[in-house]
Amino acid sequence: MSAVVFFIGAAGAIAGAVGVVMLRNPFYSVLALVAHLVSLAVLFLLLRAEFVAAVQVVVYAGAVMVLYVFVVAYVGDQSEGIGARLRAGPTGGPSAAALRLGGAVLAGALLIELLIALLGTGLKAIGTDGAGYAPGPRTYGTPAYIGNLLLTRFLLVFEVASFLLLVAAVGGVVLARRRGGLEDDADGPAAPLNVIAPASTGTMVEGIGTRAR
Amino acid sequence: MTIAWYLAVSAIVFALGAVGVMTRRNPLVILLCLELMLNGGNLALIAFARMWGNGDGQILAVIVMTVAACEVTIGLGMIVAIYRRRLPIDVDELRELQG
Repeated sequence: MSAVVFFIGAAGAIAGAVGVVMLRNPFYSVLALVAHLVSLAVLFLLLRAEFVAAVQVVVYAGAVMVLYVFVVAYVGDQSEGIGARLRAGPTGGPSAAALRLGGAVLAGALLIELLIALLGTGLKAIGTDGAGYAPGPRTYGTPAYIGNLLLTRFLLVFEVASFLLLVAAVGGVVLARRRGGLEDDADGPAAPLNVIAPASTGTMVEGIGTRAR
Repeated sequence: MTIAWYLAVSAIVFALGAVGVMTRRNPLVILLCLELMLNGGNLALIAFARMWGNGDGQILAVIVMTVAACEVTIGLGMIVAIYRRRLPIDVDELRELQG
Protein backbone atom coordinates (compact mmCIF):
# COMPACT_ATOMS: atom_id res chain seq x y z
CA MET A 1 0.00 0.00 0.00
CA SER A 2 2.71 2.46 0.94
CA ALA A 3 4.56 1.60 -2.28
CA VAL A 4 1.50 2.53 -4.36
CA VAL A 5 1.11 5.84 -2.52
CA PHE A 6 4.83 6.49 -2.90
CA PHE A 7 4.77 5.99 -6.66
CA ILE A 8 1.67 8.19 -7.04
CA GLY A 9 3.31 10.95 -4.97
CA ALA A 10 6.68 10.64 -6.71
CA ALA A 11 5.09 10.67 -10.17
CA GLY A 12 3.06 13.75 -9.22
CA ALA A 13 6.10 15.53 -7.83
CA ILE A 14 8.26 14.83 -10.88
CA ALA A 15 5.46 15.64 -13.33
CA GLY A 16 4.82 18.93 -11.51
CA ALA A 17 8.52 19.78 -11.65
CA VAL A 18 8.64 19.04 -15.39
CA GLY A 19 5.57 21.21 -15.85
CA VAL A 20 7.18 24.14 -14.00
CA VAL A 21 10.23 23.95 -16.25
CA MET A 22 8.52 23.26 -19.57
CA LEU A 23 5.29 25.27 -19.60
CA ARG A 24 5.44 28.54 -21.55
CA ASN A 25 2.89 30.51 -19.57
CA PRO A 26 4.16 31.51 -16.08
CA PHE A 27 0.64 31.15 -14.71
CA TYR A 28 0.55 27.47 -15.65
CA SER A 29 4.03 27.10 -14.16
CA VAL A 30 2.69 28.36 -10.82
CA LEU A 31 -0.22 25.91 -10.97
CA ALA A 32 2.19 23.06 -11.78
CA LEU A 33 4.27 24.05 -8.76
CA VAL A 34 1.15 23.83 -6.56
CA ALA A 35 0.55 20.28 -7.83
CA HIS A 36 4.21 19.49 -7.17
CA LEU A 37 4.04 20.82 -3.61
CA VAL A 38 0.92 18.82 -2.77
CA SER A 39 2.47 15.64 -4.17
CA LEU A 40 5.60 16.32 -2.14
CA ALA A 41 3.44 16.68 0.98
CA VAL A 42 2.21 13.13 0.34
CA LEU A 43 5.83 11.94 0.35
CA PHE A 44 6.45 13.85 3.59
CA LEU A 45 3.48 12.06 5.15
CA LEU A 46 4.94 8.71 4.10
CA LEU A 47 8.18 9.75 5.81
CA ARG A 48 6.24 10.38 9.07
CA ALA A 49 6.68 14.15 8.88
CA GLU A 50 3.07 15.07 9.56
CA PHE A 51 3.74 18.60 10.77
CA VAL A 52 6.05 19.47 7.89
CA ALA A 53 3.51 18.09 5.41
CA ALA A 54 0.77 20.26 6.90
CA VAL A 55 3.02 23.34 6.79
CA GLN A 56 3.92 22.51 3.20
CA VAL A 57 0.27 22.46 2.11
CA VAL A 58 -1.03 25.36 4.22
CA VAL A 59 1.85 27.84 4.05
CA TYR A 60 3.69 26.90 0.88
CA ALA A 61 0.98 25.70 -1.49
CA GLY A 62 -1.51 28.10 0.07
CA ALA A 63 0.01 31.42 1.04
CA VAL A 64 3.24 31.63 -0.95
CA MET A 65 1.62 30.45 -4.16
CA VAL A 66 -1.15 33.04 -3.77
CA LEU A 67 1.62 35.66 -3.68
CA TYR A 68 3.01 34.22 -6.92
CA VAL A 69 -0.40 34.23 -8.58
CA PHE A 70 -0.91 37.87 -7.61
CA VAL A 71 2.42 38.93 -9.09
CA VAL A 72 1.88 36.91 -12.28
CA ALA A 73 -1.53 38.54 -12.67
CA TYR A 74 -0.03 41.99 -12.01
CA VAL A 75 2.96 41.67 -14.32
CA GLY A 76 1.08 39.74 -16.96
CA ASP A 77 2.18 37.10 -19.41
CA GLN A 78 5.42 38.26 -20.98
CA SER A 79 6.57 34.90 -22.27
CA GLU A 80 6.84 36.31 -25.82
CA GLY A 81 8.56 39.52 -24.81
CA ILE A 82 11.14 41.77 -26.37
CA GLY A 83 13.92 39.31 -25.71
CA ALA A 84 12.44 36.60 -27.92
CA ARG A 85 12.00 39.01 -30.83
CA LEU A 86 15.51 40.41 -30.45
CA ARG A 87 16.97 36.95 -30.34
CA ALA A 88 15.29 36.03 -33.61
CA GLY A 89 17.60 38.42 -35.45
CA PRO A 90 21.36 38.12 -35.88
CA THR A 91 22.52 39.20 -32.43
CA GLY A 92 25.69 37.12 -32.25
CA GLY A 93 26.57 34.76 -29.45
CA PRO A 94 25.12 31.32 -28.88
CA SER A 95 21.52 30.73 -29.87
CA ALA A 96 18.75 30.06 -27.37
CA ALA A 97 18.49 26.42 -28.46
CA ALA A 98 22.19 25.86 -27.87
CA LEU A 99 21.96 27.47 -24.43
CA ARG A 100 18.97 25.30 -23.57
CA LEU A 101 20.82 22.16 -24.66
CA GLY A 102 23.86 23.18 -22.65
CA GLY A 103 21.72 23.74 -19.55
CA ALA A 104 20.09 20.33 -19.96
CA VAL A 105 23.47 18.61 -20.34
CA LEU A 106 24.84 20.36 -17.25
CA ALA A 107 21.77 19.42 -15.22
CA GLY A 108 22.04 15.81 -16.39
CA ALA A 109 25.62 15.73 -15.15
CA LEU A 110 24.44 17.25 -11.87
CA LEU A 111 21.74 14.58 -11.54
CA ILE A 112 24.25 11.77 -12.09
CA GLU A 113 26.62 13.28 -9.57
CA LEU A 114 23.84 13.69 -7.00
CA LEU A 115 22.67 10.12 -7.47
CA ILE A 116 26.21 8.84 -7.01
CA ALA A 117 26.65 11.02 -3.92
CA LEU A 118 23.30 10.11 -2.35
CA LEU A 119 22.93 6.45 -3.23
CA GLY A 120 26.59 5.49 -3.17
CA THR A 121 27.27 6.78 0.32
CA GLY A 122 27.72 3.35 1.86
CA LEU A 123 25.25 4.23 4.60
CA LYS A 124 23.68 0.89 5.40
CA ALA A 125 20.44 2.42 6.65
CA ILE A 126 19.75 3.84 3.19
CA GLY A 127 18.40 0.48 2.12
CA THR A 128 15.99 0.21 5.04
CA ASP A 129 12.64 1.78 5.80
CA GLY A 130 14.20 4.00 8.44
CA ALA A 131 14.36 3.92 12.19
CA GLY A 132 11.68 2.37 14.32
CA TYR A 133 8.37 4.20 14.62
CA ALA A 134 5.64 3.77 17.23
CA PRO A 135 2.40 5.72 16.69
CA GLY A 136 1.40 8.02 19.52
CA PRO A 137 0.29 11.56 20.33
CA ARG A 138 3.82 12.92 20.94
CA THR A 139 5.87 10.65 18.73
CA TYR A 140 8.31 11.52 15.95
CA GLY A 141 7.02 14.10 13.48
CA THR A 142 3.91 15.25 15.30
CA PRO A 143 3.28 18.96 16.04
CA ALA A 144 4.00 18.35 19.74
CA TYR A 145 7.38 16.82 18.89
CA ILE A 146 8.37 19.60 16.46
CA GLY A 147 7.16 22.33 18.82
CA ASN A 148 9.09 20.84 21.69
CA LEU A 149 12.28 20.77 19.62
CA LEU A 150 11.74 24.32 18.30
CA LEU A 151 11.29 25.77 21.77
CA THR A 152 14.11 23.88 23.49
CA ARG A 153 17.05 22.73 21.40
CA PHE A 154 16.44 25.01 18.42
CA LEU A 155 15.19 28.12 20.20
CA LEU A 156 17.91 30.36 18.76
CA VAL A 157 17.20 29.09 15.22
CA PHE A 158 13.51 29.77 15.76
CA GLU A 159 14.13 33.35 16.89
CA VAL A 160 16.59 34.06 14.09
CA ALA A 161 14.05 32.75 11.56
CA SER A 162 11.37 35.06 12.95
CA PHE A 163 13.74 38.02 12.69
CA LEU A 164 14.59 37.01 9.11
CA LEU A 165 10.88 37.03 8.26
CA LEU A 166 10.56 40.53 9.72
CA VAL A 167 13.52 41.76 7.66
CA ALA A 168 12.08 40.17 4.51
CA ALA A 169 8.67 41.76 5.09
CA VAL A 170 10.20 45.22 5.49
CA GLY A 171 12.43 44.61 2.46
CA GLY A 172 9.50 43.56 0.32
CA VAL A 173 7.59 46.71 1.19
CA VAL A 174 10.63 48.90 0.50
CA LEU A 175 11.33 47.20 -2.85
CA ALA A 176 7.79 47.25 -4.19
CA ARG A 177 6.67 50.67 -2.98
CA ARG A 178 5.99 53.56 -5.32
CA ARG A 179 8.94 55.88 -5.74
CA GLY A 180 8.13 59.55 -5.15
CA GLY A 181 4.79 59.08 -3.46
CA LEU A 182 1.34 58.88 -4.96
CA GLU A 183 0.40 60.46 -8.28
CA ASP A 184 -1.87 63.04 -6.64
CA ASP A 185 1.10 64.67 -4.97
CA ALA A 186 2.59 65.58 -8.36
CA ASP A 187 0.33 68.67 -8.54
CA GLY A 188 1.58 69.98 -5.26
CA PRO A 189 -0.60 70.42 -2.22
CA ALA A 190 -4.25 71.16 -2.97
CA ALA A 191 -4.88 74.94 -3.15
CA PRO A 192 -7.24 76.19 -0.42
CA LEU A 193 -10.34 78.15 -1.30
CA ASN A 194 -9.78 81.82 -1.93
CA VAL A 195 -10.87 82.97 1.50
CA ILE A 196 -8.35 85.75 1.89
CA ALA A 197 -9.78 88.65 -0.07
CA PRO A 198 -8.70 92.33 0.03
CA ALA A 199 -10.27 94.39 2.75
CA SER A 200 -13.75 95.80 2.07
CA THR A 201 -14.50 93.32 -0.72
CA GLY A 202 -18.24 92.99 -1.26
CA THR A 203 -19.21 95.99 0.91
CA MET A 204 -20.97 99.29 0.12
CA VAL A 205 -17.60 101.00 0.14
CA GLU A 206 -16.41 98.93 -2.81
CA GLY A 207 -19.67 99.67 -4.66
CA ILE A 208 -19.33 103.47 -4.54
CA GLY A 209 -15.64 103.41 -5.36
CA THR A 210 -14.39 105.16 -2.26
CA ARG A 211 -12.42 103.66 0.48
CA ALA A 212 -13.03 104.14 4.13
CA ARG A 213 -10.26 105.70 6.03
CA MET B 1 9.73 1.93 0.25
CA THR B 2 13.33 2.30 1.28
CA ILE B 3 14.99 5.64 1.95
CA ALA B 4 17.00 5.35 -1.28
CA TRP B 5 13.86 5.82 -3.39
CA TYR B 6 13.04 9.10 -1.69
CA LEU B 7 16.62 10.29 -2.18
CA ALA B 8 16.42 9.46 -5.89
CA VAL B 9 13.20 11.49 -6.23
CA SER B 10 14.83 14.41 -4.41
CA ALA B 11 17.84 14.31 -6.75
CA ILE B 12 15.56 14.29 -9.82
CA VAL B 13 13.52 17.24 -8.53
CA PHE B 14 16.71 19.18 -7.73
CA ALA B 15 18.14 18.54 -11.20
CA LEU B 16 14.87 19.60 -12.86
CA GLY B 17 14.96 22.83 -10.90
CA ALA B 18 18.55 23.37 -12.02
CA VAL B 19 17.46 22.92 -15.66
CA GLY B 20 14.82 25.59 -15.16
CA VAL B 21 17.19 28.06 -13.52
CA MET B 22 19.69 27.65 -16.34
CA THR B 23 17.32 27.69 -19.32
CA ARG B 24 14.35 29.94 -18.50
CA ARG B 25 14.58 33.71 -18.96
CA ASN B 26 11.54 34.96 -17.05
CA PRO B 27 12.67 35.81 -13.49
CA LEU B 28 9.30 34.67 -12.15
CA VAL B 29 9.87 31.18 -13.54
CA ILE B 30 13.47 31.25 -12.29
CA LEU B 31 12.12 31.88 -8.78
CA LEU B 32 9.70 28.97 -9.21
CA CYS B 33 12.58 26.72 -10.25
CA LEU B 34 14.56 27.87 -7.19
CA GLU B 35 11.59 26.68 -5.15
CA LEU B 36 11.87 23.33 -6.89
CA MET B 37 15.53 23.04 -5.92
CA LEU B 38 14.77 23.95 -2.30
CA ASN B 39 12.01 21.34 -2.24
CA GLY B 40 14.37 18.69 -3.55
CA GLY B 41 16.71 19.56 -0.68
CA ASN B 42 13.80 19.44 1.77
CA LEU B 43 12.80 15.97 0.63
CA ALA B 44 16.36 14.73 1.14
CA LEU B 45 16.46 16.33 4.61
CA ILE B 46 13.23 14.67 5.68
CA ALA B 47 14.27 11.31 4.22
CA PHE B 48 17.52 11.44 6.19
CA ALA B 49 15.64 12.51 9.32
CA ARG B 50 13.43 9.43 8.91
CA MET B 51 16.52 7.31 8.41
CA TRP B 52 18.00 8.37 11.74
CA GLY B 53 14.66 8.65 13.56
CA ASN B 54 15.74 12.13 14.65
CA GLY B 55 13.83 15.40 14.40
CA ASP B 56 16.75 17.67 13.48
CA GLY B 57 16.22 17.19 9.75
CA GLN B 58 12.57 18.15 10.03
CA ILE B 59 13.45 21.33 11.93
CA LEU B 60 15.98 22.17 9.21
CA ALA B 61 13.28 21.58 6.57
CA VAL B 62 10.93 24.00 8.34
CA ILE B 63 13.71 26.60 8.48
CA VAL B 64 14.40 26.08 4.77
CA MET B 65 10.72 26.80 4.10
CA THR B 66 11.03 30.04 6.10
CA VAL B 67 14.07 31.12 4.12
CA ALA B 68 12.25 30.21 0.89
CA ALA B 69 9.32 32.42 1.90
CA CYS B 70 11.72 35.33 2.55
CA GLU B 71 13.41 34.75 -0.79
CA VAL B 72 10.04 34.77 -2.55
CA THR B 73 9.07 38.04 -0.86
CA ILE B 74 12.27 39.79 -1.90
CA GLY B 75 12.30 38.27 -5.39
CA LEU B 76 8.71 39.18 -6.16
CA GLY B 77 9.29 42.67 -4.74
CA MET B 78 12.20 43.06 -7.15
CA ILE B 79 10.07 41.84 -10.06
CA VAL B 80 7.34 44.35 -9.20
CA ALA B 81 9.99 47.10 -9.00
CA ILE B 82 11.37 46.06 -12.41
CA TYR B 83 7.85 46.17 -13.84
CA ARG B 84 7.21 49.63 -12.36
CA ARG B 85 10.28 50.98 -14.13
CA ARG B 86 8.96 49.67 -17.46
CA LEU B 87 11.98 47.41 -17.89
CA PRO B 88 11.60 44.11 -19.73
CA ILE B 89 10.91 41.15 -17.43
CA ASP B 90 13.74 39.11 -18.95
CA VAL B 91 17.01 38.30 -17.24
CA ASP B 92 18.93 38.54 -20.54
CA GLU B 93 17.83 42.14 -20.99
CA LEU B 94 18.64 43.18 -17.42
CA ARG B 95 22.39 43.31 -17.83
CA GLU B 96 23.22 46.44 -15.90
CA LEU B 97 23.12 46.46 -12.13
CA GLN B 98 22.57 50.17 -11.84
CA GLY B 99 19.65 52.13 -10.52
